[in-house]
This record gives sequence, C-alpha cells and structure tokens, in this order.
Amino acid sequence: MPAREGTYGLIAEFDNPSDLVRAAKQARHDGWRRMDCYTPYPVEEAAEAINFHRNKVPLITLIGALMGLAAMFSLETWINVLAYPLNIGGRPLYSWPAFIVPAYEWTILWAGLSACFGMLALNGLPSLYHPLFNAPNFRDGATTDKFFLCLEALDPKFDLESAKAYLQTFQPLSVVEVEY
Amino acid sequence: MATSDIKTSDPGIDPKTGEFRVIGPGQTFRSVTEKITRIVLTPHTPLGWFALFAFAGGGATVLLVAITWLFLKGVGIWAITQPVAWGFAIINFVWWIGIGHAGTLISAILLLFKQGWRNSINRFAEAMTIFAVVCAGMFPLIHVGRPWLGYWLFPLPFTMTVWPQFRSPLLWDVFAVSTYATISVVFWYMGMIPDFGTMRDRAQTRLAQYVYGLLSLGWRGSTRHWMRYETSSLLLAGLATPLVLSVHTVISFDFAVAVIPGWHTTIFPPYFVAGAIYSGFAMVLTLAIPLRKFYGLHALVTERHIDNMGKVMLATGFIVAYGYGMEAFMAWYSADHWEAFMFWNRVYGPMGWSYLVLIICNLAIPLTTLWSRKLRTNISFMFFISLVVNIGMWFERFVIVVTSMYRDFLPSSWGTYRATKWDYMTYVGTLGLFTALFMLFVRFLPMIPMNEIRMMLPAAKITPKKTAKAGD
Repeated sequence: MPAREGTYGLIAEFDNPSDLVRAAKQARHDGWRRMDCYTPYPVEEAAEAINFHRNKVPLITLIGALMGLAAMFSLETWINVLAYPLNIGGRPLYSWPAFIVPAYEWTILWAGLSACFGMLALNGLPSLYHPLFNAPNFRDGATTDKFFLCLEALDPKFDLESAKAYLQTFQPLSVVEVEY
Repeated sequence: MATSDIKTSDPGIDPKTGEFRVIGPGQTFRSVTEKITRIVLTPHTPLGWFALFAFAGGGATVLLVAITWLFLKGVGIWAITQPVAWGFAIINFVWWIGIGHAGTLISAILLLFKQGWRNSINRFAEAMTIFAVVCAGMFPLIHVGRPWLGYWLFPLPFTMTVWPQFRSPLLWDVFAVSTYATISVVFWYMGMIPDFGTMRDRAQTRLAQYVYGLLSLGWRGSTRHWMRYETSSLLLAGLATPLVLSVHTVISFDFAVAVIPGWHTTIFPPYFVAGAIYSGFAMVLTLAIPLRKFYGLHALVTERHIDNMGKVMLATGFIVAYGYGMEAFMAWYSADHWEAFMFWNRVYGPMGWSYLVLIICNLAIPLTTLWSRKLRTNISFMFFISLVVNIGMWFERFVIVVTSMYRDFLPSSWGTYRATKWDYMTYVGTLGLFTALFMLFVRFLPMIPMNEIRMMLPAAKITPKKTAKAGD
C-alpha cells in the first residue's frame, strides 16, 4: 500500500452481527461502494450485504490441481520410459496405471497449496500493518466480539462530517475516524 | 439409556431436543475467547504441565538414544531378520499414521458433512495428526538402513542419473505420506490464522504480540478475506478427504501387492482406512478427556463430543470386524493351502496370543459396550476404552506384519520374532516425542478454534429486528 496521509476511513462499531448486516445493506443501498465489514468470525450475510459473492480461489485451486497432475504424470513418464528405463517383471515401460497414484497425490498437493497461498495472495496477506490497527477500539473487538463497518475515504461519496453523521444513524456503539 | 431417562434438569442437556449440548449454556463471544486464549497467554505455566513435559521429554530422549545407536550400528540392533523382515518399525509406522487419520477426518470430512460438533475438537485433532505423522514418517527413514541416502526416495537429478521406480507401492507411499504431511500442516496453520489474530490482540506482553502478530500474517477479519478464507477451507477439506482415504489405501498396498499369505488380499484398503479412523478416534479421546479436565473445557468439549466419538468408533469398529471376518472367510473360501495355514497359524500358532489380544481389545470390549449411551457418556469409561482400542490397533498391525511372515512357505525357514530393547525404546520414544510436541502445542497455540466456536453461539444468529445484547 502506498504511503498516504490523512483519513483512511470511518469505522462504526456494533456489538452484534445483525446490526452490522443491516447497516452494511443500507449503506450499499445508499450508494456506498468502498467499504468493508470486519467480524470476529465469517458472517456470510455481511458479504452479501456489501455485494461480495464470488472469489477466485476455486479457479486458482483448479489450475494448481491440473498443474500438479501434469507435472507428476509427465515426470513419471519421462523417468520410467526415457531417462531410466527399468524392466520390472516384463511390464511395459509406459505402465501408466501405476503412475496414477503419485500423480493423484500431487494433484491434491498442488491444489491444496494453491488454495491456501492463492487465498492469502488474493487477501493481500501477509500485511502486518494496516491503518485499521490504529483505531483504538479495533484490536480489542474485531478479533473477539465486536462487528465493524468501515466506510473508506477513497469512496467518492466520502465526506468526513456527513459520513460520520450517516453512520450515527445506525446507532452504533461508536464511530471512530481512522488515520493512515 | 433412552432419551426419556435423561434428567432434563442437567444443564449439559438441551431441553428442546434431549440431546447433549455441543457447547455448554451461557457462553458469549468474549467468554469463549477468554477461556481459550487464557490457557496460552497466562504467564503461569501449571506445575503439572512441567511435570508431564519433563516425563514426555524423557521419552523423547530415549528415542534420541535409540536412534543414535541405530545409526552407529545399523538396523541389525532390531529384531528384524529372515523370515520376519519387517518388524516394529513398520508396525509403528502404520499405527502412527492411522492415528493421524482421525484428525483429518474430523477437520475435513465432518466439515463437509456440516457436523458442527467437530468445531471444538478439530484443532487439537489436527495437531494430533501432524505430530503422529512426524512420528510415523521417521520409521521408514530410519528403517532404510542408510538414512543418509533417504533423499534417493525422491526424483532428484543426481550425477549418477539413477531415478526412482514408479511402479512400486513403496514409492507411492513416499508421495502419499509427504503430501499428507504437507496438506495437514497447511490446513492446520491456515485454520489458526484468524485465531492468531485474536491472540495478537489479546496478548499482554510485547514478545507475544510480536510472535502472534507475525503468525497471524496481519489478519484483520475483513469480510472479503473471510469469504475467500471460507472457500479455501472448504476446498482444502474437499481435497483432504480423498487424500486421507488414499494415504492408508496406499499404505495397505505396501502389503497387499506382496504375495505373502495374509497380506495379499483386496480387503486391505477399506479395512486399513477404517482401522485408521478407529484408532485415531481412540487417540483423540485419549487426548481430549485429560485436556478438558485439566483446562476446564467442559463447556466446549461436552458429553456430546465424547458420545459422538463413541458412535464413530462403534461404526468403524464394525468395519474392522468385517475385515477380520473376511480374512477368516477368504482363508477358507480361497481353498489356498498357504492362506489357510497362515490363518490357522495366526490364531493357534505360537503367536496366537497376539491375535487374542487383538480380538479382545478391538472387538470384544468396545463393540459390546459402546452401544450403551450411558457408557458412551461415562468419561472414565471412554478413557479406558480409548486406551484399549489404541492397544488393540497396535496389535492389529503386529498381527498383520509378524504373524503373516514368521512361518512362511518352507518349514525349514520358519522362525520367530522377539523384539529387542532397541525396538521397544524406539517405540516408547515416539510416544514421548508425540506427547512432548502435543504439550508444546497446548501451551503455545490456541487448541480450540475460536472463530468456529463463535459461529455456533446463539448470539451469532442474524435476526431481522434489533436484538438484545450479544451473548444472550
């Protein structure tokens, strides 16, 4: 993230997921786009409220799986047919049924690694610093029992005072300005 | 015990369903977080922890001694010779990796089946998997005789241009077990990332904040992150399920592909997988029952969990019983002289006592008693059963490996098998190593997945109207 000055956004704190989902839905309806919810566990309704339905993790996993399959199967074929042909009980050199097992394992290996690292890459993790950690109430709540809605300053609708007033209409526990 | 016999006044029972609750009543987001993080973040390590860790560490030291001597003298210090060329090392390898399978089953298969009760136990079951695989993976490596050439197992470009032979189940095993270890670690670590975020935010000391902060990779609970994370978890679960079934299948191929009577059978793959899950659940119980007692986790690991694990053991135990039955049936039905003699010798031969131990520990005791709900929810009884099944499953592998080999085709080559002290020391040593690693896990990592427990609390229910305060 490039170094920035000023306000990152405003966060409203709620003590239950229902209020957060309602607020997020309304904000989306009112035309807010640059926003996100922060919850201590996955809240699917919140993702729907901010219109986040699909992600690319399955695609990355599929690509990884196919690569693993192709890599191991071709490695086995190359080794046992070309690089180091061995006569094992007169079996054909290209005895592909025997090659399935390691290829199957590598399909899973590469798919699993792609699922995990693909997820992290799409999420932009690891990123040990984030402006939200500057908010005094964020770290006590966001990973324990509080639910946050963040309106980001990059949204064209964002104006500090009016956004603050807007968030107050959802009756959150608090509204805090987050600095970079 | 019928449902009507249960006292509805028992707070552990949900009055609506008459079932034991998955999570004890009155828990809030904060209370479960506190309960789980406190175990790790407290500056006071219980004295009992040190005592047990010292004991387990002593065991691990025995392992170190045994392996050092092995490397100096070679595998001749073990009891393996002709005709029993595979001994404790392979028995222990199969036993340990089987134990690991329950962890993956709980974390992957039960996730796909939406079994919410798994959430309390999946983290330490996964930890159990990893430590069991660590113990298991060591045995083939030290068994090869020249462990410094262990890297020959992998297809690496050497200057002497020798390559592995991919038609052998022993090589398939290398890929199955290494994939299994890698995916288990990835799944386990990924599951902990959000909890590391919680630990970072709850930690009081600077060091703990740094360490858990690094481990959390900067997790902040964004909804977009959560959704990708959930997709990724689900995919990993979907991948780990065929993986766990394939690992023990491939291990059974090590035996089934050989022509030895008692090994050469098609029942092995399903029978090995069921046996793995059977012993694995027994080990989860062996670990979970003391843990919930010493750390006061009765609200999170409830009678419901113990009861359900008993049911899984009952089901897999019967598959194992079917496997035993099929072996006996095929010994007769195949009309194969060697097969029939092998089975007779297994039961009535000089090592018949090991078959008797196996039948008593795996069938006679658990499969008669686990039907009773009263016994399944009796904690000390379940602890006893878990130990019995662990012993029984070790003997199952002993029976398969040793009693199939010690009297082979030619009576002139018959022999016997008597493990040496180095065999025992290596085995006991891995028990120590496993326990020591598990103790470290319990002390330094969140042993129950907090984010998954929070999801199951009543306060997590999304309601259309303004609700009362969270946690009610």
